[in-house]
Amino acid sequence: MESQSPRPDLTEPGPTERAISRREAFRAGGTAVAVAGAGLRLASVPLAFAALARPTRAQVMTDVIAVLNFALTLEYLEDEFYRTGLASDVAAALSPAERIAVGQVSKHETAHVAVLQATITNLKGDFIPKPTFDFTAGGLFGDVFSNRDTFLAVAQTFEDTGVRAYKGQAGNVMANDAVLTAALQIHAVEARHASQIRRLRGQKGWITGDSRGDLPPATQATYEGEGNTTHAGVDAAPFGNGVGGTDAVTEAFDEPLTMEAVLVIVDPFIVG
Amino acid sequence: MNRNRITLSKAGYLWEPATRREFFRIAGLGGVAVLLPTMFAACDSDGTNNPPPPPPPEGEVTLDLRTDAGVLNFAYALEQLEAAFYTTVVGAFGNSNLSAAEQAVLADIRNHEVIHRDYLAAVLGDARIPDLAVDFSSVNFADRADVLETAIALEDTGVAAYNGAGKLLQDVNNLLVAGKIVSVEARHAAAVRDLFRPGTVDFAGDDVVDPFGLDQAIEPGFVIQGTMEFVDTPIRVII
Repeated sequence: MESQSPRPDLTEPGPTERAISRREAFRAGGTAVAVAGAGLRLASVPLAFAALARPTRAQVMTDVIAVLNFALTLEYLEDEFYRTGLASDVAAALSPAERIAVGQVSKHETAHVAVLQATITNLKGDFIPKPTFDFTAGGLFGDVFSNRDTFLAVAQTFEDTGVRAYKGQAGNVMANDAVLTAALQIHAVEARHASQIRRLRGQKGWITGDSRGDLPPATQATYEGEGNTTHAGVDAAPFGNGVGGTDAVTEAFDEPLTMEAVLVIVDPFIVG
Repeated sequence: MNRNRITLSKAGYLWEPATRREFFRIAGLGGVAVLLPTMFAACDSDGTNNPPPPPPPEGEVTLDLRTDAGVLNFAYALEQLEAAFYTTVVGAFGNSNLSAAEQAVLADIRNHEVIHRDYLAAVLGDARIPDLAVDFSSVNFADRADVLETAIALEDTGVAAYNGAGKLLQDVNNLLVAGKIVSVEARHAAAVRDLFRPGTVDFAGDDVVDPFGLDQAIEPGFVIQGTMEFVDTPIRVII
């Protein structure tokens, strides 16, 4: 990859210029956009400073660091989970396609840990140390690192929970454009992961109602509230008429979770 | 014919980019003071240098990204485009070589995009932009690869567009709505990518997720430019 140039943390500008190369798939303007990228690379440098330099009350910054440490907790969990899985018996139980997907997901979670740590440090905060995890959740998923079905089931709950967790914190980092944008960018990657893990398990890539599908009842908290159809005070349920009904409406919107709700979900996996 | 026409404006001053390079520089700097030679000339302290703005083209739609309504209209424009695309895809299933499993995924996505479009129209109410004139004549809807490649481009763009526009929203409730939609677009993106290249890392490939594990975020001006292949309506973006 070309964009290994130092971008130490989330407060730097996002991968706009690199990302645009994908627009070549948009059969319009690929060349023009590449030209644009060259201009942007220079032009966007001050944006990072603008984001950092804006007047920020100490309290707001404290909240942002708390949110980033919360996100880091989830990324520590996911990162160790996939790395342990790929080094354990369960790796051989996965199909080649599953192993490839898990490898890519694992790579991203490792990157998320690094970028969150760097960002917290850059904001003059202290990042929390990695907790000690028990991925069997006290025996509930006892064969998580030997049984393909259990491993992917736990992976699905982690990814679907991660999507909801980031979504729930977006409003709490609004004061910092750079952090907000980067959080949205991680949020979308978690959603891509969730979709793929779900589809590998034979599920739809999206969540219907508040259904956990074939997952055990202990995972229901990850899906509680996903059946909501009212957003910003407008009920979307009528818009499913003729296009899949209420099920489709619930699929079309993912729901947030509060920090407290997420911590309850992951608590069984954290032992110290 | 106004096809592929887009105009960018800074607040209070219409700026017609003279070159593509200029266009991209201003598009990528949305909301930030733009210090280009042309802008210096336009901003002389005596205020006499501003040329009169040219008349807007027929049927022009304005997206004023300084307001939440403008940003939501930007999202509404993209959802109109996606809904129209997938509606055509589903309508052409009888002539297509998409598998039954692929058709099921695309039909679900059609449902979601139509719901997004109609929901945003309801949220915007009287503030919503008119229906865009869309044109997918460049897509061969009978061809599986053409349909999936276009779907991938639309979904990746949708994700990047919401990610890039989130910071422009001022009301936390609107940000939350955008967040509820964008993760579903990302789920779509992964699914259509996996349909096209199953068994690979493409669902979250290195072309859309950078080495820091971040998905794309693209400024609205770029997004609009990139989608204009499929849009006949002239669009004015105020940044």
